[in-house]
Amino acid sequence: MKLNDYINEKIDPLFQKGGKYEKLWSVYDSFHTFLFVPRHTAARKGVQVHDSVDSKRVIMMVILALVPAALVGMWNVGYQHDLALGINDGWFMQFLYGLVAFLPKVVVSYVVGLGIEMTVACIKREEVAEGFLATGLLIPMIVPVNTPLWMIAVATAFSVIFAKEIFGGTGMNIFNPALITRAFLFFAYPKAMSGDEVFVRTGSALCNSPIEGTAVVDGFSGATPLAAVADGSFDPATYSTIDAFLGCIPGSIAETSTLAILLGACLLLLTRVASWRIMLSVFVGGAAMSAIIAAFSDNAPTVCQQLCFGGFAFAAVFMATDPVTGCRTNTGKFIYGLFIGVMAILIRMFNTGYPEGAMMAVLLGNACAPLIDYCVVKSNISKRAKRVNA
Amino acid sequence: MANVIKLKKGLNINLEGTPEEKFVNVKEAKKVTLVPDDFVMCTPKIVLKAGDAVKAGDEVFHDKQYPEIKFVSPVSGILEDVVRGDRRKVLGIVIANDGKGTSAQLSVVDPKTASVEEVKQAMLDGGVWPFLTQRPYGVLANPSLQPRDIFVTALNTAPLAPSFDMIVKGQEKDFETGLAALAKLSKGKVYVGAAANTTIPTLNGVEKVTVEGPHPAGNVGVQINNFKPINKGEIVWTANAQDVIIIGRILNGKCDFSRIITIAGSEIVAPAYAKVQAGTPLADILDGKVKHVEYKQRVINGDVLTGVATGLTGSLNFKGQTVTVIPEGDTTDEIFGWITPGLNRYSTSNTGLAGLFGLFKSKKWKLDARLKGGPRALIVSGEWERVFPMDIYPEHLYKAVLAYDIDKMEQLGIYEVLPEDFALCEFVDVSKNPVQQVIADGLVKLRKEME
Repeated sequence: MKLNDYINEKIDPLFQKGGKYEKLWSVYDSFHTFLFVPRHTAARKGVQVHDSVDSKRVIMMVILALVPAALVGMWNVGYQHDLALGINDGWFMQFLYGLVAFLPKVVVSYVVGLGIEMTVACIKREEVAEGFLATGLLIPMIVPVNTPLWMIAVATAFSVIFAKEIFGGTGMNIFNPALITRAFLFFAYPKAMSGDEVFVRTGSALCNSPIEGTAVVDGFSGATPLAAVADGSFDPATYSTIDAFLGCIPGSIAETSTLAILLGACLLLLTRVASWRIMLSVFVGGAAMSAIIAAFSDNAPTVCQQLCFGGFAFAAVFMATDPVTGCRTNTGKFIYGLFIGVMAILIRMFNTGYPEGAMMAVLLGNACAPLIDYCVVKSNISKRAKRVNA
Repeated sequence: MANVIKLKKGLNINLEGTPEEKFVNVKEAKKVTLVPDDFVMCTPKIVLKAGDAVKAGDEVFHDKQYPEIKFVSPVSGILEDVVRGDRRKVLGIVIANDGKGTSAQLSVVDPKTASVEEVKQAMLDGGVWPFLTQRPYGVLANPSLQPRDIFVTALNTAPLAPSFDMIVKGQEKDFETGLAALAKLSKGKVYVGAAANTTIPTLNGVEKVTVEGPHPAGNVGVQINNFKPINKGEIVWTANAQDVIIIGRILNGKCDFSRIITIAGSEIVAPAYAKVQAGTPLADILDGKVKHVEYKQRVINGDVLTGVATGLTGSLNFKGQTVTVIPEGDTTDEIFGWITPGLNRYSTSNTGLAGLFGLFKSKKWKLDARLKGGPRALIVSGEWERVFPMDIYPEHLYKAVLAYDIDKMEQLGIYEVLPEDFALCEFVDVSKNPVQQVIADGLVKLRKEME
């Protein structure tokens, strides 16, 4: 007997109405549909054939696109650790160090987030939407390496419940859940989210406990370039743009390497999962604003530095392009992207309370997206109204 | 003045089982079934009883709202049965065909010289009025109104649909008569949407509109929106060119409702054209033409985008142009569909290699009826727009219909669309929403509210 026939005949009835585990149908269904494409056929009326793309495949493209940034990010965690301690045990050991530091965060975020999503799905007896598979990977990638696991758990739970499920789940949320997690951490535990000590792990990989016989080298500072911008000590000449582009500077785990992020961007654009309109206009908006600021200030970062530092590129590629929380009209996407790009740099440069503005800019963009769409659609509506009066 | 509509958006679904340009024989049906549900929002009032004798062209039922709109029998014989469903809703009226072809006496009308009233009466009496569709809502045309314009589409772009050139061959005179009749009924003009190389008879009040582009370029609603959109309060009638030919045939005094269809799809042995009577059981049409296979097949009354899976028990839609048979696919297993390279999975999306390399255009595909995913809220944006060549925001209109916000629906153009215009949106939709059904239900509800 073929495996799927076996599942359909023997296991399926247990989870159907009246079955032993009927309450767990959503969980069963999500695993079953991951194994096999569902056999459901089209209704009697309506389109009889369907394109084979589904939301699982779309979300999987996002996850694949995140892989380069995650890999480089993990290596960089180890690399920064070695720099701080003044040692060098090779790229592989550095990667391994990062892996051990990163993996528990991924597990915590997935367990907490998917746990809540599956529970809600079981209560509503709905299929489990795949959205969190991307969110759950995004969350550990955008936090500082020294964020305690319990904080990630609390923030993830907050975000999934209050930013997503109460609105109706994947596809209904107003704000990007991964960024809500980050924002929650930022406002609830500000000390753990910025400063000199959170972005570089100097202790052991797993729990940052001090390693005997090691000491941080003299003159080490775990400050990110943007922290220097915020406290006014920044000098564009002393920071290497290439390092920031390649990703060997301190920063949140996977936001540092612009190169790796751009690799992911290529996949997202090639598969058309992300909108090129949004991505392009975020970069254009950010570059334009940076150029204006650099023209008036001597110690402001250059345009290239602005785009490579902090979470700007990551936000442009992975956060702003979230179709659910972004603009949904093509014209609106350009405006939305420009707005985010400009705001990210403005917040970064002029609000010293926030060293990085990308997160706030995207959330602000999310809040404005329906308004932008409203205006774009309104022009279509007035065109139609004018036709009647003409 | 050259009327040209050039469309870029849209999609031709390249299916296996394209009909060859030749005719195959379909035996004369022993029974035909008239299905009132073929007409949107029509409530039938049956005037005959089971056992009554009918001639071809005799009234079988009429519409309750507009009793002058008659639906006639396409064959002569005996009314065998009225099939009823829940709450005595009429599902079908079965007429046993005696094969004699005796027909009611038709008055020959030359629409070029006759008056508007004469043309109208001849069409109503001849049973061809139901071929006219009234927009908004896509319902039976109200005979007491005069439409702003009448749009006829002589371009069939739906998957595996018959080419109009094959249909019109030898029937040019009837087509001309039909168009002349419509020109009488219209306050404005009769616009005929057609391919560049299709010749449309030159008549007073009839204008050709050249349409280029992929499906849904042949949808009359798309043509109207791109050429002369419908405004609130305006009424436009539409017809398919094949039905205009039948209108012409009746006015020329020939009581013949037979139509040219394609018998197509990957499960047909030799896909081709056929001439059949409206209401012919699909079992008769497909007799001996379907491949013998072990898996289940889906018999579709219509094309794969807008048809109904009636199975072999169905009978050809009154306005049907295609009968399609595809695999049902309910026993097909596809492992890890979310990550396989997708070289052999039809997708217009670049998330699979078939989309990325453009194989969905260059190769012929055998598609089954699976949804290939679970229903979700709308996630991806911009994909509907790529197959929706109208100056309308499809997603926003869809959401307005879901919420049943009448003001929004009107503002966003609900009066310009029919479910068929959303068919491709439903096809490409990542979230597998029943888009056409939602629009159809919304239109029914809206019409009840407005009248």
